[in-house]
Amino acid sequence: MPTAIEIFKLLPKKNCGKCNFPTCLAFAMQLANSKAKLEDCPYVSEEAKSTLAASAAPPIRLVKLGVGAGVIEMGDETELYRHEKKFFHPTAYAVEIPDSLPEGELEARVRGIMGMRFERVGQVLRFDAIAISNPSKDPGRFAQAAEDVANLTELPLVLKSRDAEATKAAVARLGARRPLIYGADASNLPAMCTIAKGASCPLVVSEPTGLNQLADLVSKARSAGVEDLVLELGPKDLREQLERSTIVRKVSVKKTFRGLGYPILVDAGKGEGGVLKGMLATLKYGSLVVFEDISEAQALPLFVLRQNIFTDPQVPIQVKPGIYPVNGAGEDAPILFTTNFSLTYFTVLADIEKSKVPAWLLVVDTEGLSVMTAFSAGKLTPESVVKGLESSGAKDKSKCGQLVIPGMVSRMSGKLQEATGMKVLVGPKESSGLPKFLKGL
Amino acid sequence: MVEVPTPKERWSGKIGSVALGATPEEGGTRATKLVVGGEATMPFLYFEGGMPNRPLIAGEVIDLTTDFPEIVRRELGAAIDDPVTWAKRWVEEFHADLICLKLHSTNPEEANRSAEEAAATVKRMLEAVKVPLIVYGSGHEEKDAKVLESVSNLAPKERLLLGHAEESAYKTAAAAAMSNDHAIISFSNLDVNLSKQIIILLTDFGVKKEKIVLDPLAAALGMGLEYSYSVMERIRLSALMGDSMLQVPMICDTTSAWKAKEATEEIPGHDGLEERAVWWEATTGLAAMLSGADILIMRSPGSARIVKRAIDELGGGA
Repeated sequence: MPTAIEIFKLLPKKNCGKCNFPTCLAFAMQLANSKAKLEDCPYVSEEAKSTLAASAAPPIRLVKLGVGAGVIEMGDETELYRHEKKFFHPTAYAVEIPDSLPEGELEARVRGIMGMRFERVGQVLRFDAIAISNPSKDPGRFAQAAEDVANLTELPLVLKSRDAEATKAAVARLGARRPLIYGADASNLPAMCTIAKGASCPLVVSEPTGLNQLADLVSKARSAGVEDLVLELGPKDLREQLERSTIVRKVSVKKTFRGLGYPILVDAGKGEGGVLKGMLATLKYGSLVVFEDISEAQALPLFVLRQNIFTDPQVPIQVKPGIYPVNGAGEDAPILFTTNFSLTYFTVLADIEKSKVPAWLLVVDTEGLSVMTAFSAGKLTPESVVKGLESSGAKDKSKCGQLVIPGMVSRMSGKLQEATGMKVLVGPKESSGLPKFLKGL
Repeated sequence: MVEVPTPKERWSGKIGSVALGATPEEGGTRATKLVVGGEATMPFLYFEGGMPNRPLIAGEVIDLTTDFPEIVRRELGAAIDDPVTWAKRWVEEFHADLICLKLHSTNPEEANRSAEEAAATVKRMLEAVKVPLIVYGSGHEEKDAKVLESVSNLAPKERLLLGHAEESAYKTAAAAAMSNDHAIISFSNLDVNLSKQIIILLTDFGVKKEKIVLDPLAAALGMGLEYSYSVMERIRLSALMGDSMLQVPMICDTTSAWKAKEATEEIPGHDGLEERAVWWEATTGLAAMLSGADILIMRSPGSARIVKRAIDELGGGA
């Protein structure tokens, strides 16, 4: 966004007041804060309109892949570091299916990819797209494989071929799905642009030589009328991937350079090196990662890394309040309580599990605050614990009448005993003391 | 041709460097001296500034294990019953840069071995391997004071890295380090200001900044990783922007990854627990390194191998 002074220079400086602000400068200040609209000025020039519209566009274009519920949104990021605000669109992951596979194997592979699903803290973790690659070099076969995959899955699709003829054939069969055309490079740019423009599909532009050369191709693609672009930077190793991705993000969000303001695709390949590329893309500015192959055992850590990094840092990550059985807790197991700040919860849970002693863990709603913070803020009180016990039906699940209080807040144990009628035991101050404490109960 | 500007930050600050281990010429017995820190950029962005030293991997050795994850036990075999054999495997087979010895046996609530016994283990280890050592007590505040003092005195001039000093009890640990020219880990709990606070206390007490390595507490993958990732990025950014009290190398203990359920338990309907577990610690290490870690304390040799590969491909210390 331009500053108020930059905007002011473009205004007519009549101070006519028709915009409902006394002076053009006052109006410019409101515009800079997005509190007024440029259309409110009756005398604004066309030049000013186009200049301001261009600089108000997001630094990194939002590009959508696919249609309907599973559509993937890429780009539209504004930060270099997640703590500055947040990262908006989680990195999407696609797995490749070669068009050379026999039909039966193709179906098994699609089902295999879609079957890699995990549930974790209330979210479903899975792959977001499927890519069809073109090792057969046969346009007919590529189009057929793309159609077969499209019939097996609702997931967005990526058409991975450098061959314009093959791409055209595949796009003709599933253009309505708005696949990502992957794509254009220096050798085939005009033909790929024609296909992308004709079918209104997003297009990947690849250029391993360097960012200047890539920016050239991007500008050619835009002149050819394709705006929904995705960049493939062609790095030779992790170091180059990190450097190029960082430069693209930085020049876009910090320098208002618009020539590379598009989401980044990382072609990860397979194996251990592929997973590392995918993880680096997740941490550092990748919007879509295409894996040639990846195992289920590698997929889960990757998914959880994405879940972690794309958590909104402004909202404390919370666990759902309630009562959770640990180590096969039954009616005679004690209740321990803690807060719903997820860091606290995970630590306490891991330590109870370590003890192997059956216990119930009551998660009290403290609006995501940790034990001491919640206690100081009046969110962890005898009343909130009672509320947690009641709303979770904890006393029906544990009938031994023992309630373990975190050692840090032992000073409320007296009142808690009165309020709950349970026998309150003071637990250790640090969660790491729980195994010993529980074994000694 | 379009000219893409190179967006270099002009950092006014730089991370100080810390030397670990002393060679015979310096009065120690280590084959190599290692240096960490010295960055003038965010991690691995060589176009912005130098990163002269490669991040290091410290292989974890515990003098008495209880509750050790089965998967790593299988990787290490009988070595985990003898700290010296364990350390040798780390150095000779798994190419660890240094060893991190945790003297858990000294915990008075458990085996309660004496400080002298623990120091003897350190002595044996110094004879068996020639890489620099990091030495931790058991985490028991009072006992650690004695343990670190004995260790410090028994290995003078070896330039150990002693763990750790925290706000509630930093004086004894700091004194143990200062008396024999060792370095010290300053520990605080996931917070930029607390990290700074303990370093101020240590330097006021007389510890030189080039003897301090900061442990901001690395949370594991799936257990709050994003918290430590951002705290570390903020620490490193503040340091580069000129906050001198944060201009020290960082150390992260990724063995916390083995507390995660996904790293130790089968998930019904999904295969590959061992591979997943090894990636769990490796991913924790990768995120720590990309947010500024200079030393990773690692448990699984398989995880360490993956992280080493990542360091190589990132041009570590180029």
